[in-house]
Amino acid sequence: MITVRCFAQIREILGCDTRELLPAHTPQCAADLLKVIAGARTADLPKPLLVAINCEHASLTSPVKDGDEVAFFPPVSGG
Amino acid sequence: MIVRLQAEDFEPEREAQALDVRGAGARVSFVGIVRDAAENRRIEALDIEHYPEMTRAELTRIGAAAQARHHLLEVLIIHRYGRLLCHERIVLVTVWSAHRAEAFAGCQTIVDALKTRAPFWKKEISPEGAVWVPGQTPQDLG
Repeated sequence: MITVRCFAQIREILGCDTRELLPAHTPQCAADLLKVIAGARTADLPKPLLVAINCEHASLTSPVKDGDEVAFFPPVSGG
Repeated sequence: MIVRLQAEDFEPEREAQALDVRGAGARVSFVGIVRDAAENRRIEALDIEHYPEMTRAELTRIGAAAQARHHLLEVLIIHRYGRLLCHERIVLVTVWSAHRAEAFAGCQTIVDALKTRAPFWKKEISPEGAVWVPGQTPQDLG
């Protein structure tokens, strides 16, 4: 399984904080997962959209595989 | 290095004094606090959301990179989450080094990296409503 997590505005807009997805049989990138969870609402999401894979910053084009945790969130504001 | 994520407040001087760092000739601390106004709106509180597992990993990476780059002897980062009222403390970054220049530079490096890399999101609560604070993108990701 691939665990998808959403934070802040992304969580609010999609109404979803965690989802488990079956990995596809063909290679997938983070953007492919986003299409699955957001569907037509992808256009409603704020830009830029940040991605983390297994708790490290990544990008929408980064490959994902079975067992990964993929997170989508807006730009960050720590400190 | 010590990294702590917590809802409760901290006492900066007591946290720093609790560590006995050998060889240190300088200690620099930064304390971030909740501002009481933004763009002419009165801010009553801040809701801080984070990604706990990644936050811990990212703060550790940020601290380790600064430690190596600025020859820091010790790094302490405490970051709060949840609802914080205006004027409350949000974050403490304290670093120790042999000399002051490394301590000042190291502390600044960590605070700057928190702004762009640490997965926290802030929502400002004001009488007019709640507004997400615009965030930043890690520079190496464009």
